[in-house]
Amino acid sequence: MKHHAISVQDLNLYYGDKHALKDIKIDIEEKSVTALIGPSGCGKSTFLRTLNRMNDLISGVKISGVINVHDQNIYDNEVEVEMLRKQIGMVFQAPNPFPKSIYDNVAYGPRIHGMRNKNELDQIVEKSLRGAALWDEVKDRLKDRATGLSGGQQQRLCIARALAVEPEILLMDEPTSALDPISTAKIEELVQELKQNYTIVIVTHNMQQAARISDKTAFFLNGDLIEYNDTDTLFSNPEDQKTEDYITGRFG
Amino acid sequence: MATQDTFEGKNTSSLSDESAFQKGSARVTYRRFKNKSAHALFLGATLIGVVILAILLYDIFQRGLPYLNSDFIQNFASRRPSQAGIQAALWGSIWVIAVTAPLTFVIGVASAIYLEEYSQKGFLYRFIQLSIGNLAGVPSIVFGMLGLTIFVRQLALGRSVLAGALTMTLLILPIVIVSAREAIASVPNALRHASLAMGATRWQTIRQVVLPYSLPGILTGTILALSRAIGETAPLIMVGAVTYVAFNPTSLMDEFTVLPIQIYNWMGQPKEEFQYLAAAGIIVLLAILLSMNAIAIYLRNKFQR
Amino acid sequence: MSQSNRFKRKKTFRNTLEGMIPKILLACAFLSIITTFAIIFTLLSETVSFFQEVPFLSFITGTEWTALFSEAQQQFGILPLVAGTLLITVGAAIVAIPVGLASAIYLSEFAPERVRKVLKPVLEVLAGIPTIVYGYFAITVITPMLRFFMPELNFFNALSASIAVGIMIIPMIASLSEDAMRAVPDHIREAAYGLGSTRLEVALKIVLPAALSGVIASFVLALSRAIGETMIVTIAAGATPNLTANPTETVQTMTAFMVQAASGDISFQSIVYKSIYAVGMTLFVFTLVMNLMAQWIARRFREEY
Repeated sequence: MKHHAISVQDLNLYYGDKHALKDIKIDIEEKSVTALIGPSGCGKSTFLRTLNRMNDLISGVKISGVINVHDQNIYDNEVEVEMLRKQIGMVFQAPNPFPKSIYDNVAYGPRIHGMRNKNELDQIVEKSLRGAALWDEVKDRLKDRATGLSGGQQQRLCIARALAVEPEILLMDEPTSALDPISTAKIEELVQELKQNYTIVIVTHNMQQAARISDKTAFFLNGDLIEYNDTDTLFSNPEDQKTEDYITGRFG
Repeated sequence: MATQDTFEGKNTSSLSDESAFQKGSARVTYRRFKNKSAHALFLGATLIGVVILAILLYDIFQRGLPYLNSDFIQNFASRRPSQAGIQAALWGSIWVIAVTAPLTFVIGVASAIYLEEYSQKGFLYRFIQLSIGNLAGVPSIVFGMLGLTIFVRQLALGRSVLAGALTMTLLILPIVIVSAREAIASVPNALRHASLAMGATRWQTIRQVVLPYSLPGILTGTILALSRAIGETAPLIMVGAVTYVAFNPTSLMDEFTVLPIQIYNWMGQPKEEFQYLAAAGIIVLLAILLSMNAIAIYLRNKFQR
Repeated sequence: MSQSNRFKRKKTFRNTLEGMIPKILLACAFLSIITTFAIIFTLLSETVSFFQEVPFLSFITGTEWTALFSEAQQQFGILPLVAGTLLITVGAAIVAIPVGLASAIYLSEFAPERVRKVLKPVLEVLAGIPTIVYGYFAITVITPMLRFFMPELNFFNALSASIAVGIMIIPMIASLSEDAMRAVPDHIREAAYGLGSTRLEVALKIVLPAALSGVIASFVLALSRAIGETMIVTIAAGATPNLTANPTETVQTMTAFMVQAASGDISFQSIVYKSIYAVGMTLFVFTLVMNLMAQWIARRFREEY
């Protein structure tokens, strides 16, 4: 049996008066892909953002409960979000490279965490770009602006950028929703490779995608975690009627 | 063709397919005529600005250009028009701007960063915002009163370069803050989030992502604000910039004059020739301002995303 | 417990420094509040001591302003200065509002992009010209031109000054109104075009009403600017306090008096010196009320698109 990379207990989240996540309890396995699915506004993205505390940036958000990563509650007072986010990387819905060179984008993370050595940086940049299956496409133009890359390349660059700080966990918030089918296929392939070394939690709108790439799937509805199971089981033999309604397209 | 008939309204002329959308009724013709005349009228009104600018420049150049030579730039003020020049005023303006520019840039950008990146949107935020909004509308001469009272008298800086520069700093600070805030607010949140999600601190994110992205906009706003400061006369008259100065400032505590005040002084002289010197001074002033504007526009276009 | 340090940095000097950054930035932003209070406080303190010598009532109702006369003949009734200021402002409004609004409508609704690209920078240059240059323009071009048609006209007169002030605020009205009109979303325009409207109809019946709050706010802001304008009126309107509504006469505005009094040699203890603050306070109140009014109009009647 695999270890739990993340263990969530009794998580509740409020946006002002709105109860956006209700008593969430979930254990996420190490070095696997966990997909979060559900209709728009169900709380899946909000939940993803509790895992690296990006919700802290929104005023009026109140959170209670425990999220353990390596037996340490990330909502403890003494936790510093910077160190947390270094170990839990994130890839966003739309590619968001910095308006800097390809090299500087990837080197950004290591630099802010204090790495100055040019050789080490070179190595990390190459390793991360290889890790994101982008190295061969960009190795001759590392000094070019990242914003000149295609959308799919930009998203892989953002993955490389996240890998460069050597996280253990990678959160992906609908990473292919802004991409064409070919780029999407590349990213899905990449996710399969990355799970050898990383724990991946991915939010997706696309149920086929969840079925294709994930080991376990969690179905959210109106802030509740309705069902969480092996992906194969959840899609072929859902326990809850609501899950079945959703995956068979009866709503959402 | 019944449908087109109704579309044409009360048109009595016989209809063919081609003319259905082309021939207007008298009313449509009238509306189009009104539209065209209004177009001409509005264009005319806009051109008034262009014409005035042309007349103004022509008037000043034909008066001032013959007096504009290297002696005029190098000479100090004099009671004899033939020997009068703007060296002291030019250096005075340079001294004032050299102090004002870094001060407004640092304080203005710091204020803007605070308001856009750190501040909670509470009482203090609204209070600061209200203050900046109102300061932007306070007449420049009132800033002169402030400078006279606080810097010249209370802080006993006297009628010095420093007192003048501090007054100018307060005067243009609201403009710099407002434009810096706009530039900072234009940075997409996705970039901030990308940086923070990698474990960057807020300040690292500001330094490495927000400021590089917004710098062209910030610089453009600051340069335009500084060009306003170079052209300001009234506040420095209140602070007591001296009208007759025959030396360049050598320290922040020296007395000084600036270009607009020298020009104003010449305009008040009874001898006709001084009017032409004033025009020559205006040419120098406008040349400085236009080059600053050109730099600002260049920056804006070069880095516009 | 090495486990519990997993998400914790070592305390370093850099981290401590970073913790101080928001406080430093806040201090810079706070300067705007301090400046606001400093202006009110400096104006108020000398104004209060002014009113210990001159009764408040005779200040706001008196029709004679002879502050610079010898002590026995001094009268401090501010009405002539207020009248001079308002005369100039009304004149400037008559010049600037029609031209500025027409320019705004042209630039926002009629101008092809190519023409706009040329005209906008011209207006920006016009807006960046120092007021002292407009003052020069008033006495070397506008006044002689007016005197060509009205030979009896005083050399220093309210008419010439108010035309120059009007020209100065045209770009402000044009660009602020244009901003307000361009903020009206295109889909509203398209709906009107879809019903067969001409450009003029779209501009006057759809866009202008929708942008009205912003347009009126731009008028108020520009007129507040005219009230506080100093150098043009000092140069072209004269230095004679005059309770009149006749624009062909010489007048003195509040600002012009402040410059005149501050340029002379006056002691910091004298009543004249204090009167500068009383006039400055009056000016400040006028412009503050207008600025607040502009903000209120812009907020109160804002269309939600």
